[in-house]
Amino acid sequence: MLRLEGVEAAYGLSRVLHGVTIEAREGEVVSLLGRNGAGKSTTLKAIVGLVEVTGGSISLGGRDITALPTHEISQLGIGWVPEDRRIFSDLTVEENLLVGAKGGTRWGASRVYEYFPKLGQLAGRRGGSLSGGEQQMLTVARTLMGNPRILLLDEPSEGLAPVVVQALGHQIAALKREGLTILLSEQNLKFAARLADRAYIIEKGEIRWEGAMARLLEDEAARRAFLTV
Amino acid sequence: MSLLFVQLLSGLANAMFLFLIASGLSLIFGVTRIVNFAHGSFYMLAAYFTYSLSAMLPLGPVAFYAAALVAAFLVAGLGGLVEVLLLRRVYRAPELYQLLLTFALVLVVADAVRFVWGADNKTGPAAPGLAGSVPIAGQLFPSYDLAVIVFGPLVALGLWLVFHRTRWGILIRAATQDREMVAALGVDQRRLFTGVFVLGSFLAGLGGALQVPRLALTTVMDTTVIVEAFVVVVIGGMGSVWGALLASLVIGVLNAYGVLVLPKASIVLMFIVMAVVLIIRPWGLLGRPEVLLRAAGGAVAGERRAPWHPAWLAAVGLVLLALPLLLPTFWVWMAIEIFAFALFAASLHLLMGTGGMVSFGHAAYFGLGAYGAALLLQLAGWPMPLAFLAGPVVAAAAAAVFGYFSVRLTSIYFAMLTLAFAQIVFAVVHQWDEVTGGDNGVLSVWPPPWLKSPVRYYYWALVFAGTGVVLLRLVAASPFGLALRAVRDHARRAEAVGINIRALQWTAFVVAGFFAGLAGAIFVFLKGSVFPVYTEAPMSVQPLVMVLLGGVGAPSGPLIGAAAYKLLDTVITRYTDYWQVGLGGILIALVLAFPRGIAGVLDWRRS
Ligand SMILES: Nc1ncnc2c1ncn2[C@@H]1O[C@H](COP(=O)(O)OP(=O)(O)O)[C@@H](O)[C@H]1O
Ligand SMILES: [Mg+2]
Repeated sequence: MLRLEGVEAAYGLSRVLHGVTIEAREGEVVSLLGRNGAGKSTTLKAIVGLVEVTGGSISLGGRDITALPTHEISQLGIGWVPEDRRIFSDLTVEENLLVGAKGGTRWGASRVYEYFPKLGQLAGRRGGSLSGGEQQMLTVARTLMGNPRILLLDEPSEGLAPVVVQALGHQIAALKREGLTILLSEQNLKFAARLADRAYIIEKGEIRWEGAMARLLEDEAARRAFLTV
Repeated sequence: MSLLFVQLLSGLANAMFLFLIASGLSLIFGVTRIVNFAHGSFYMLAAYFTYSLSAMLPLGPVAFYAAALVAAFLVAGLGGLVEVLLLRRVYRAPELYQLLLTFALVLVVADAVRFVWGADNKTGPAAPGLAGSVPIAGQLFPSYDLAVIVFGPLVALGLWLVFHRTRWGILIRAATQDREMVAALGVDQRRLFTGVFVLGSFLAGLGGALQVPRLALTTVMDTTVIVEAFVVVVIGGMGSVWGALLASLVIGVLNAYGVLVLPKASIVLMFIVMAVVLIIRPWGLLGRPEVLLRAAGGAVAGERRAPWHPAWLAAVGLVLLALPLLLPTFWVWMAIEIFAFALFAASLHLLMGTGGMVSFGHAAYFGLGAYGAALLLQLAGWPMPLAFLAGPVVAAAAAAVFGYFSVRLTSIYFAMLTLAFAQIVFAVVHQWDEVTGGDNGVLSVWPPPWLKSPVRYYYWALVFAGTGVVLLRLVAASPFGLALRAVRDHARRAEAVGINIRALQWTAFVVAGFFAGLAGAIFVFLKGSVFPVYTEAPMSVQPLVMVLLGGVGAPSGPLIGAAAYKLLDTVITRYTDYWQVGLGGILIALVLAFPRGIAGVLDWRRS
């Protein structure tokens, strides 16, 4: 469904991605693993058009989206959940969700509150006053409000307490059961292992390993070489 | 007691107008990050529209009100048009180019207004039904002002409802905080930006239209109001509509009482407040600290570091040496003026081009150099060469004090604090009659007889301006200049490798102030007099335009820019009164088509 073909990307003059080729098929959870600074976030930002793509191509359902502006990419069904969450801190929880809403049918505020009951209780609170875990829920919920066909999650477990990480894992698993396609960027192999069907490992802007998640769990050499264990 | 109360009311009425104008400006900045100088022009246009429409509309007593509303809508439409046709092209350009573009619009609109309505002041109609006064606490107070005091909060309430009860308003608040995220959630920013411009311009238009019964219309009301509006926006916090409301109230009331207590200080009062707020709370009362601040001016397009070719230098040097022997006296004076301004522009270029720090108050140091030299000559009786050299020292000393505070800020906040200091300098030279002669200036500041002939003073100016420009070039090319550039382009990285950013920028500020002062000293002995206007905002804008006209990226930019600007000024004003339209048009074309200035065009032709 989503396909990156030899994608190169740069921040100004410093080149960060050197030909990344990855694919996420319909209904699949794919994990993009790699150490800090490997290029995971940049890959996701390249997909949504927030860094300049200097080579290669990106397509969604066969349609080339490489050069589209960010809002059109989002409207085509790519939902990006950034690593630093980027909650609108001055807006209430409800207003945050409203910014994400696109008027589709699958997800609406009431459905989101059903999914994340905690957010329902916090609807009138300022986004900036939420805890880290609540903000993480809100940022996922806000993106779901746009009825994405594919969800790009950038290190959702980062900086959260173990209990919260576990709850988040359950919620993502539930989304997976609904058939949502997910591209999950992670450093936390344990977290990704429970959710992902397949994995790519990125290192210094290049894909160094790819295959089924089960195979990675057996391949200790690859884990040692490319991941922090 | 009653006087104080009535004074409070009149302060509140003024505050409401400040709020109308400043809230629109703040809104536009918050979402688009454009510092829209043309906001004051929209305000002025709406006032003139109202003036004409209320005479034309056959609506009897409601004609004025209908005209005011129509004018506000017309201006709102114009704001939208300007956004779509011009500003949309420069959102990604360095801040400098955005400033220049909206400044060019100011010039164009100012001339258009003079062309259509004439340069003399106009008095609009009184507001039907509200023309009289009501007795309040034993004093008469204009009914119209009372209505304004009621109307202002209604507008604020309307804005609150838009921002909190409509999806569009919520999107605007979200975009003020993080527009990239808003786009990533599927919102088309272009429509949002246009909408914000329309709403902001509407508010400016409403402010201008409703001033008609209170104030005579003048062709300078645009610049007066934009400066005040900026002060309010900066005090309140850029992007915060409620901050603008709070700051309007503070400034309105403070001015009303300030006039009673310190009539002499009234014109600087708000600048003093702004300076204090910026020093204590740089992001304003209700603003938020910027997280993702780029360097002050942003990167510079097409910077060229190539040194001047020696053959070129020699040729230019020879021409300059021979010039006064060939030119008639008028043009010799002209050349000296160009030298002074080239040095002035080159000194600003060190800050703006090399350092990425856009100053709106560089005239302060030019003016202080001029005043310093003039006063030491006249009051202290120093010999001219000594007074001449002391002028820049005075300027550098002031730059050391003001720069110490200014370099703590970046971007538009830096620009506004430098402007505030320049206004304070202006107020001092303007009000301190006993020493500076106030409005009358300091006269008869001539060089001694041995230097008085145009040709001799030409060489004197050439030596000092030439040395100044070369020294500034050497500074820019030195390790110090390289560090300054590193800070401009990668502030974080520069800090990480141990560069002391503030000390570096402070030094640059003092050096730039010194050479601006030298330019002022050259200028004062050319003209033989100095006036407070030398320190005012329009004087600060001139070198800015020269640098941009010449090309920020090119070392020779300031020189080419100064020559082009002064020649254009002199030549075009001979043929027409409307030369600002020409300059504005040239600037717009430069920004959109040749962001690298004249030097960039020359470069491009050569290669
Ligand atoms: N805004 C930026 N400007 C310049 N370089 C950046 C920026 N963001 C990230 N980088 C660099 O790009 C590389 C990849 O970063 P990133 O994609 O954030 O890695 P990851 O998400 O895997 O930790 C790193 O070397 C990082 O320093
Ligand atoms: Mg990352």
